Amino acid sequence: MSSLRPDQAGWLMASAAITLLPHTAHLPLALSAICTLLLAWRGTLVHGGRALPHRALLMALAATIVAIVLIEFHHLFGKEPGIALLAGLLSLKLLETRSVRDGRAVVLLCFFMQLGQFLYQQNMAIAALAFIGTITTVASLLALQGFAEPPRARALAAARLILQGLPLMLVLFVLFPRVQGPLWGLPADAYNRVGGLSDSMAPGDFARLGESGAIAFRARFEGDPPPPAERYWRGPVLTRFDGHTWRSGPLRSGEQPAYRPQGIAYPYTLTLEAHNNHWLLALDFPAATPGLRFTDDYQLLAREPVQNRQRVTLLSYPHTPVGVEETVFNLRAALALPPGFNPRTRELGQRLRAEAKNPADIPALAIAHFRQSRLSYTLEPAPLGRDDVDSFLFDTKQGFCEHFAAAFVVTLRAAGIPARVVTGYQGGEINPVDGTLVIRQSDAHAWTEAWLPGRGWIRIDPTAASAPQRIENGLAAALPDSTRLPLMLRADLAWLHGLRNRLDALNNSWNQWVLGYNPARQKELLSGLGFGQPDWQTLTALMGGGSLIVMGGLTLWALRRRSSADAIDRSWALLCRRLASIGLPRDAWEGPLDYAHRLARQRPDLAETLTSLATDYARLRYGPATADPLQSRRFHHSIKNFRPR
Amino acid sequence: MPIHTAHRLTDAASRIILGKEHAVRLALACILARGHLLIEDIPGVGKTTLAHVLARLLGLQFQRIQFTSDMLPADIVGVSVFDQREGAFRFHPGPVFAQLVLADEINRATPRAQSALLEAMEEHQISAEGRTWPLPEPFFVIATQNPADQIGTFPLPESQLDRFLMRISLGYPDRAAERALLAGDDRREMLARLPTELKPGELDTLFAATRAVHVGPRLLDYVQALLAHSREGAGFAVGLSPRAGLGLLASARAWALMAGRDHVLPEDVQAVLPAVAGHRLRAADETPLPPERLVCRLIEAVALP
Repeated sequence: MSSLRPDQAGWLMASAAITLLPHTAHLPLALSAICTLLLAWRGTLVHGGRALPHRALLMALAATIVAIVLIEFHHLFGKEPGIALLAGLLSLKLLETRSVRDGRAVVLLCFFMQLGQFLYQQNMAIAALAFIGTITTVASLLALQGFAEPPRARALAAARLILQGLPLMLVLFVLFPRVQGPLWGLPADAYNRVGGLSDSMAPGDFARLGESGAIAFRARFEGDPPPPAERYWRGPVLTRFDGHTWRSGPLRSGEQPAYRPQGIAYPYTLTLEAHNNHWLLALDFPAATPGLRFTDDYQLLAREPVQNRQRVTLLSYPHTPVGVEETVFNLRAALALPPGFNPRTRELGQRLRAEAKNPADIPALAIAHFRQSRLSYTLEPAPLGRDDVDSFLFDTKQGFCEHFAAAFVVTLRAAGIPARVVTGYQGGEINPVDGTLVIRQSDAHAWTEAWLPGRGWIRIDPTAASAPQRIENGLAAALPDSTRLPLMLRADLAWLHGLRNRLDALNNSWNQWVLGYNPARQKELLSGLGFGQPDWQTLTALMGGGSLIVMGGLTLWALRRRSSADAIDRSWALLCRRLASIGLPRDAWEGPLDYAHRLARQRPDLAETLTSLATDYARLRYGPATADPLQSRRFHHSIKNFRPR
Repeated sequence: MPIHTAHRLTDAASRIILGKEHAVRLALACILARGHLLIEDIPGVGKTTLAHVLARLLGLQFQRIQFTSDMLPADIVGVSVFDQREGAFRFHPGPVFAQLVLADEINRATPRAQSALLEAMEEHQISAEGRTWPLPEPFFVIATQNPADQIGTFPLPESQLDRFLMRISLGYPDRAAERALLAGDDRREMLARLPTELKPGELDTLFAATRAVHVGPRLLDYVQALLAHSREGAGFAVGLSPRAGLGLLASARAWALMAGRDHVLPEDVQAVLPAVAGHRLRAADETPLPPERLVCRLIEAVALP
C-alpha cells in the first residue's frame, strides 16, 4: 500500500474544499466551522510533514459530527441530514487518508457531494462551481495515478479529459428520454421555503415581499406587451374577511372561463418559478387553454401545484367585461363584513352611501376620500391597532398596497357595494438584453374589484389614488427617497441595473434550455431537427447511436493522431511482424541496426535488404530531418514488397 | 571528416593494444564526450599503456601520478615554496597540471589524497594558498584501479565513482591477440615511436562534432525510460542520477560519431550503457550481480518506444 505524496494530499484537500464550499450555504453553522477546522488541520499536517492523528481521536470527532447532525435535524435520514453527515465525514476522511486507496475513497465522496449540491439549487453559479470541483477532483484522481507534476499541467490535463467527455455528455443530455416531473422522488423538504404569494393576506405580508428581489416569473410577449398600467397578473382572489386576515372564498372551477373574451388580445409565454401552489398568474383575462382550469373568480389554475419551473403559453384579453351576470351567492359573499370590527370605516361607508346620488358613484367617492385623507405609501408602515383598517385610514395613514386594498374593500362593502381583494403582481420590467418581461416578488401587489350592476366586476386600484407612480413606474419610483430599498431595487444605480439585466437574461436561457429541457422541449428540438415526434424507444435508439458515433469519433481521432505521426513506425512494425512470423522475432529492447545485424548472421540471404531497411528506419526515426511523406511512403512501399520466407 | 579521424585513432591504438578494440573505442568515446575514465582491472593487462597511447595519439600533454598510501594532496596539486630572491611564496604546480593525467592505482592512496584529485576533476581548477589556478584545457583524468578485494587499498566511494563518466575493464587478451603480443615488438618502443595523429585544433573540431550529433525526441524518450526504470524498476537499489543521464547522452553521441552517423540510435546508448552505468547502479537483491549483468537486465527490461 503506497502512501500519499504531498502533492496528492494537496489535490485531495483542494477537491474537498471546493466541493464543500457551496454546501456551507445550507449546512448548520457549527458543522461548516468544524469542516473548515478539519481541513485547515489537515493542511498544517501536510505542510509540516507531521503524522496524522490517532484513530481514537478521529472516532471522537466522528461522534461529535453525528451528534451535531442529530441536534440540528433530529434524525439521520433524508436529504439535509444525509448531506450534512457526508460533509462532516468527508473532512474527517482526509485526516485518515494515508494511502492511495484512501485517496480514491475521498475522490468518490467528492464526486457524490458535487452531485448533492444540485439537490438544493440548480442555477448557473452552482453548475460552474460543480464544474470547477469536478476538474479538481479529476486532477486528484490523475495525481493518485501518476508522478508528481506541476499543478497547472495537472489541472490542464484534467480539463482536457473533461472536455473530451463533453460531446458524450451533450448527446446524453439532448437525447436521454425525458419524463415529466423529477426523475426520482425528492424528499418532501425540497418544496418548502419557497417565497411568494399565499392564499391569505394580512397587513405586512406584501411589505415583506416588497423587499425581495427574487424573480416570480417571466413573460415573453409576441409583439408589444401591454402598457404598464394594464399589467395586472391575477393571483388569489380574497373575498372572506375575518376582521384581520383576508382569505379566498370557496372555489368552483371549470375548464371554461366564466366570461367571453373580447377586445385586444396579447399572446405570451409565462415561465413561472416554483411556488408550490396551483395559481398561474395570468394577465387578466386569459382565454381557455387546454389542461388549465378557471375558477369563478377568474383565477387560472394548473392541475398540479407548480413545483418546478413551468412554461405556459397563454392568450389574454385585458378589456373583457366580466361578471355582469354574477351569482347572488358570490355577491353576498362580497358584501360580508365581520361584525364588531372597524366601526369608523363602516360609518364612512354609510356616509358615502348617503352622499351618493347613484350607487355607481360610490367607488369614485371613496377614491376621492382616500385622496383627501393624504394616505402615504410606504414599505414600513407604523404598527396598527386591533381595527387595522380604522387605524390605517384615520390614525397612522401609512400603508402598503394591502392596507389600501383592504381599507377600500371594507369601505365599499360598508356602502353596500360588493367588493373583493385581488392579489397578484403588477407591472414588471422589460429586460433590454433579451426582451422578456421580468416580474419579481417585489412586484407583488393587491388591488380590488367592485361589482356594479350592469357593468360587472371592475378593477379599482386604490394604491393608484395615493401613489400613481407605483402603477406606472414600479415600486422603487413610488416610494419616498428616504426609504431604504434593497440594493438591487434602487433605480439610481444604472450600471448595477444593467449588470442584473444581463445576468437575468443569461439565467433565463439557462432555465429555458438546461433546467427547463423537459419532454415538450425535447420534442420541439428533435422535430425541428427532422425526427418527427419521437417516442422513447426512438430516443433510446438515437441516444445509443449518438453515443456510439461520439465514442467512435473520439477513438478514431485518437488513433489518427497517433498514426499520422507514426506511419514509419507502423511500417517498421509490419516488417517486424513478418520477420517474427518466419521465426525471427525482434526483442522489444533491440535497436533496428542490432536486429538487422543479428538476422544477417542467421539469414545471410536477407542480409542486404534487412540492413538497408533497418538503416532507413533508423535514419527516418532518429535522424535530424523529419521524414517527408514521400520518404515515408517509399519506405512503406519497400517494406510492403519485402516478403521474407 | 571527423569520422575518418576517429577511425584513424582507433586503428592506431589497436595496433598497440591488441584485441581490445571495444575497450579502446569506449575510452576514445569517453574522451570525445569530455569525461573522465576509470579503468579497473588486475595489474599487467595494459591499463597504463592505453592511457599513454591515448595521450600520444591525441597530442595531449601527459603526466603520470603513481598513487601510494603515503601520498599527500600537495604531491598532486603542487606546493608553495618561499622564493628568497623575490621574498614571497611561489606556487609550484603539481603533476595534475597537464591535459591528460594518468592517476595510476588511485585506490592505493588515502581518501584525502584521492579527494584532491577528484576535486580537480570536478572543478577543472586548483585552489591553493587562497588562490585558484585553472587547469589546462582540455583536462582529462584516466584513473586506473585494482579490483577492491586486494589488500591495502581504499576503494572509491560511490559519490566519487559518479565523477567518472565511464568505467571500463580490459581483461585478458584472447589467444590470437596474446600470441601477437608475445611475438611482436616491445610495446614501450612502439609507444615511443607512435606519432601524434591529430593536428593542432583537430581535437576541438572532434569535440564540436560530437556535440552536434543529433538526438531526436524518440531517443530522449528511450533514455528517459531507461533512467526511470533504473530508479523505479524492481531490482535496482540505486538508480541513475541526472548527471549519469547527461553522461549517457554525451557518450552515445561520441559513439554515434565514431560509427559514422550524425544521429544517435538506441544501439549507441546500449553500447555505452555498461561503461556509463556499470559503476553507478546497485542491485537491490543481496546476491552480488556483476555490473555487466545488471546493465543487461536494465537494457532488456526497457522496450524501445
